Amino acid sequence: MNPLSKLYYRIRKIWKAIRLYLIIAGPGIVVMVADNDAGGITTYAATGAKYGYGLIWFLLILIPVAYYVQEMTVRLGAVTKRGHAEAIFDGFGAFWGWFSLVDLMILDWLTLVTEFIGMTAAMSIFGVAPWVTVLAVCLLMGVIVLHGRYWTWEKIALVFCALNLIYIPGAFIVNPSVHDILHEGLVPNFPGGFNGQLFFFLMANIGTTIAPWMLFFQQSAVVDKGMLEKDIPWGRFDTLLGSVITVVVAIFIVIVTGTVLRGVDIDSASQAAEHLMETSHWVGAFMAVGLFNAGLLGAICISLASSWAFGEIFGWAHSLNTNIREAPWFYASYFFTLITAGLVVLIPGAPLVVITLFVQVVAVTLLPAALVFLILLLNDKQTMGEYCNTARQNLIGGIIVAAIIVLSSLYGVSVLFPNLFQ
Amino acid sequence: MAAGLKRLLLKISDINQRYAQPRIEMSKAVRLSLLALRVYLLFLVALLAYKFILLVG
Repeated sequence: MNPLSKLYYRIRKIWKAIRLYLIIAGPGIVVMVADNDAGGITTYAATGAKYGYGLIWFLLILIPVAYYVQEMTVRLGAVTKRGHAEAIFDGFGAFWGWFSLVDLMILDWLTLVTEFIGMTAAMSIFGVAPWVTVLAVCLLMGVIVLHGRYWTWEKIALVFCALNLIYIPGAFIVNPSVHDILHEGLVPNFPGGFNGQLFFFLMANIGTTIAPWMLFFQQSAVVDKGMLEKDIPWGRFDTLLGSVITVVVAIFIVIVTGTVLRGVDIDSASQAAEHLMETSHWVGAFMAVGLFNAGLLGAICISLASSWAFGEIFGWAHSLNTNIREAPWFYASYFFTLITAGLVVLIPGAPLVVITLFVQVVAVTLLPAALVFLILLLNDKQTMGEYCNTARQNLIGGIIVAAIIVLSSLYGVSVLFPNLFQ
Repeated sequence: MAAGLKRLLLKISDINQRYAQPRIEMSKAVRLSLLALRVYLLFLVALLAYKFILLVG
């Protein structure tokens, strides 16, 4: 075979692999990018404003952390064809099942409220009234799911994922010093020394990287998409790509606020956007659009995570491949959580700050349980067969899970008792 | 309304029966993990109760 033919066949092989990946791609990227939700954007914006580029190295560590945890849900979903809620009921009995399901419902609903807070705040910057934002979001999300096709929903979600990259041009506009980014950001260090406040920021960044709904969402999405054992390698790649994208986006947010707002105390991403507008209208606008998009993507995934989990346990039809007549309860729970969460934001004097803080506290009641169940289920040889965790995977997964449990718990405790780490 | 509630309770009872027995083999490691989870959750509940008492007080 001559070199030209070899090259032709190699290109054809690569193109075939890309086409195959494009069919499998979705759950990993969507869940990871959606993880950069309104709360996540606020955390990254505040981190950049507080410590400049100093904690970029820490964000890079979060790539393997997010990957190893979410990869387990891909295997579990593809092998068992069950969502995480059903797997917990089946594996550990009704007590732990109900605990996880009810906790997930409460947490998802509260998180959904925080997504609406982010979206309404972002659109307020452009002069859009909160009720208009809530109404438009509910209508848009209705249109997205009512097509009756998982494929359509996923491709629309991927478009929103692409919009999440808006922070990258924003970072180029503010013209940061590449030398400073490399020297301050890539060398592990604790800017200003290791103290309570820095520890709080590290915990907050970990807390936004792995959220309980992500485990439930990705496993259910893998099942709804119909992924099989043979698709696991592509599912892994999808998850890895998603974790890289989510951290890259986080780094660019840190670069934007670290360049323009260094030393400014930031309480919310919308506040960061307003400050940025004073320096550069476009960068501020990008931040606001990105915040809205992050809230929307988070809302899309979180409301589905709840509906899937409910459907799995109650035995209702619970697939995006069914229409509203075939799966009325699935769509009813989807719209119920969505609309009620949206309405809370519109109530004058609603305790939105308390809700935002309470999310972290509820999260620490569910996250350790969901992660421990995940590791135990992945060690069930009877069900997982050859896809069971290896000793190496258990070691890496175990260390990551233990670290997440400790840090996220401390984060939750620090929210309850703010002076504890000062 | 009452009929709907009754159906829901029946459904919950059905789910409880279906998942009455954990399918995973209860090895020492699994038992220990579940015990640790219970202790952890009780600790969190105690912490929340303490916070509540502080707020009320």
